[in-house]
Amino acid sequence: MRATVLVRPKPGILDPQGEAVLGSLKQLGFAVDDARVGRVVDLELENGDREQARAELERMCEQLLANPLIESYEIELAEDE
Amino acid sequence: MSTTAPKPRVAVVTFPGSNDDRDAALALARLGAEPVPVWHADRELPEVRAVVLPGGFSYGDYLRAGALARFAPVMESVRAFAADGGLVLGICNGFQVLCEAGLLPGALRPNHSLSFVCRDVLLRVERTDTAFTARCAKRQRLSIPVKHGEGCFFAGPELLSELEASGQIVLRYEGESPNGSVAGIAGVVNAEGNVMGLMPHPEHAVDALSGSTDGALLLGSLVDAVRQIESAQPAAA
Repeated sequence: MRATVLVRPKPGILDPQGEAVLGSLKQLGFAVDDARVGRVVDLELENGDREQARAELERMCEQLLANPLIESYEIELAEDE
Repeated sequence: MSTTAPKPRVAVVTFPGSNDDRDAALALARLGAEPVPVWHADRELPEVRAVVLPGGFSYGDYLRAGALARFAPVMESVRAFAADGGLVLGICNGFQVLCEAGLLPGALRPNHSLSFVCRDVLLRVERTDTAFTARCAKRQRLSIPVKHGEGCFFAGPELLSELEASGQIVLRYEGESPNGSVAGIAGVVNAEGNVMGLMPHPEHAVDALSGSTDGALLLGSLVDAVRQIESAQPAAA
């Protein structure tokens, strides 16, 4: 089963990378108010059970993929074929 | 105690990507300790009285600085050692590892400037009653270099006031912080006081040739503390 984990800096956490991207976009002439830069992790899971997979992904996020103190995460499971 | 007491043994852990392990070992040796190199894949710690996690870029800083090193086999032993009251010092990347491992509070984020900073900074000693700062005077200013891209210490408002109230902030940057750390925090200890992390590199400031010897006050404090432990409970071996 394919899954995608999106990791974002939590609101209120200063994101210097996002600020640099924002500055560059403005320089290019784009009308942008805010930019935040996170991380995408694409995974191929052995587990075929959606609920189990989701629980496992939660644990992956808590233990490694995100630092809960400063990052939020969102799990997307691919639709069944 | 006999005057020929063996030198206090301090482990220096090398992760793949550590690059200040040798400087840390050299500095400890100059301060009278016997540095004991430990490889990240070792499951057991040798017989030591303190552990230093050195600076560098363990596991390439992939994911987040320190995030992968905390799963190194040796870290389980370091965790047990710390839980037992053992002295653990994390310098720069070592500090990041300790935060990611949950052995120290807070997190280290990319510098506000997004630039890697590499220069001497002035630090203010906030506490001198720790195993890592006992040689310092209260509010003493230390000149010690930093060199990092992700040294911005973050703690939310609640955690920050907790740290302030419990006196866990041991070192602060004097004047403007080089990385945007909250409350100018440069080094913290855990609540028990036996685990400390700091972004500046005391091991790079032990020889007048490099401009300052203030780093010797911090590492020397650690060596003193280890000696005290040894005289209180000599090694069985």
